Amino acid sequence: MRLALVACGLLVALLPWVIPPFVTFQLTYVAAYAIAILGLVILIGYSGQISLGHGAFMAIGGYTAAILLAGAGIGYWVSIPLAALLAGIVGIGLGFVALRLAGVYLALATLALAASVPPLLKRFKALTGGVQGLSLPSPHAPGPLQPFVSSETWFYYLTWALAAVAFALAWFVLRGRVGRSLRALRDSEIAAVAFGVNPVFYKTLAFGWSAAYAGIAGAIIAIVTAYASPDVYSVALSLELLIGVVIGGLHSFLGAILGGIVVEFLPLWAQKINPAVESVVYGVALILVVIFAPGGLAGGLSRLARALRIQATPRSRPASTIEAISEKSA
Amino acid sequence: MFLTVRDLTMRFGGITALADVSFDVDEGRITGLIGPNGAGKTTCFNCITRFYQPTSGAIAFKGENLLDCPPFRITSRRIARTFQNLELFGTMTVLEHVLVGAHARFGRELDERTATSNALEILEYLGLAGEAHKPVRSLSFGARKMVELGRALAAKPELLLLDEPAAGLGHEEVERLGETIGRIRRDFATTILMVEHHMALVMGISDRIVVLDSGRKLAEGEPSAIRGNRAVIDAYLGTS
Ligand SMILES: Nc1ncnc2c1ncn2[C@@H]1O[C@H](COP(=O)(O)OP(=O)(O)OP(=O)(O)O)[C@@H](O)[C@H]1O
Ligand SMILES: [Mg+2]
Repeated sequence: MRLALVACGLLVALLPWVIPPFVTFQLTYVAAYAIAILGLVILIGYSGQISLGHGAFMAIGGYTAAILLAGAGIGYWVSIPLAALLAGIVGIGLGFVALRLAGVYLALATLALAASVPPLLKRFKALTGGVQGLSLPSPHAPGPLQPFVSSETWFYYLTWALAAVAFALAWFVLRGRVGRSLRALRDSEIAAVAFGVNPVFYKTLAFGWSAAYAGIAGAIIAIVTAYASPDVYSVALSLELLIGVVIGGLHSFLGAILGGIVVEFLPLWAQKINPAVESVVYGVALILVVIFAPGGLAGGLSRLARALRIQATPRSRPASTIEAISEKSA
Repeated sequence: MFLTVRDLTMRFGGITALADVSFDVDEGRITGLIGPNGAGKTTCFNCITRFYQPTSGAIAFKGENLLDCPPFRITSRRIARTFQNLELFGTMTVLEHVLVGAHARFGRELDERTATSNALEILEYLGLAGEAHKPVRSLSFGARKMVELGRALAAKPELLLLDEPAAGLGHEEVERLGETIGRIRRDFATTILMVEHHMALVMGISDRIVVLDSGRKLAEGEPSAIRGNRAVIDAYLGTS
């Protein structure tokens, strides 16, 4: 496992030197989406709460970063954490609402949140620049590095480093008591509560945490495109994140990265197949995954790996998807 | 007094599940709570563990009011339970269940490492050592009931509430369960309140028995006295 991580790290580090700048740019997006989708893995996969509105938290993050960077000239080292904080606080607020809403009602409430964001952004022109949105300075590598590292590459590294931190934090926190408590609440709230798991604390924590990750992703996207506009954070973005997490795999970290790849590249592939029916391709991909790989691409991959391993060593111990996560981390 | 229940009344709309029920549970003893279906036994457990807010009455544990305690704080008061209809975590391994049982003891008493070694000891004690890393849904019904017991023991309860631990078990399993419960009382120094329909088991291991019928307390006493109690025979024993 450690070897695989090091290999992935090396791959991420070396890629920008062999791929065209535009692909570097796309892979920056993949990392940003992966952070947001990891938030959905925490919220939906671990805590069993649904959100059709995480695009709204990306909007909060994106505009926080844009306003701080463009308006106040505050650097992204400060802007991105503040974007996470603000999105997280709003997420905790929504988490309290979610305590009173279950299933389909929560889905509707979060969808309504996502739908209300673009009009709100257009309305408060003074702060958000209205329909035009906000332009912000594009990120440059720090002075001494500039001759060697293009701004795309620099921000690619920054984003993947942020993703690494976000994933490491999630792994560290979720592998122990917190992750168990979230899953316990999801599987049987009665039993979890009977054994001392505070449902209000853990459920709002999951909401706030996942919203903060969406906020980081939103901020990154605003900074990397040097632009924030209402149409970037449409309802479609929320739904794409959801499709990404389902196709990638709801219960695994690897699924979040695969989900990021799906969100970034599926629309492009879909357009290549047939530009007129882009959303149909989306729908078909989703249905195929739900039917043939209920654990998403990550679940399918780990099942494949297990099958291969079982063939190699006939008596390996059985593992659930969740176990597969902890195995990977071991 | 260890656990005192006083004039406990629980109404659901028009249904009175418990009507002025009072009884005590003595420390270190096994108390049986019996009665026909719908008598209010599980409702009584749900009031003690705070899932239900009683319509009226009082419950005190070790001299302190229990009714001001939210449900998720009950294990911190050292009360743990099993469920009549298993309440297991569908995606978790056996070991993880026992670790959730110890949730409230983390921080001051336990960290992940000590909790895990404690949990493995409990599984060993219950004869589940070999299943520790198996997903709970791969287990037999009897083994699942043992997982419920293990999860409750991990909370280090001073009061252990068992809701029909023998239901659905085979003859031999029930016998082993009786021995296990006796051992648990001794080895874990815990007081047990047990709901059970299996008369041989409950009469065999209880020090004291409380009988409920249609939400009222019908009788209370030692097993021998309960076995000969006319009202109990008419309402329950005779028909079972
Ligand atoms: N949440 C609830 N809402 C409405 N009625 C309830 C509720 N919980 C229990 N009851 C009613 O209270 C009465 C007592 O139920 P309870 O489950 O306590 O019986 P019991 O003694 O545990 O029976 P059994 O031996 O079948 O488990 C029943 O009439 C039941 O329908
Ligand atoms: Mg019952």
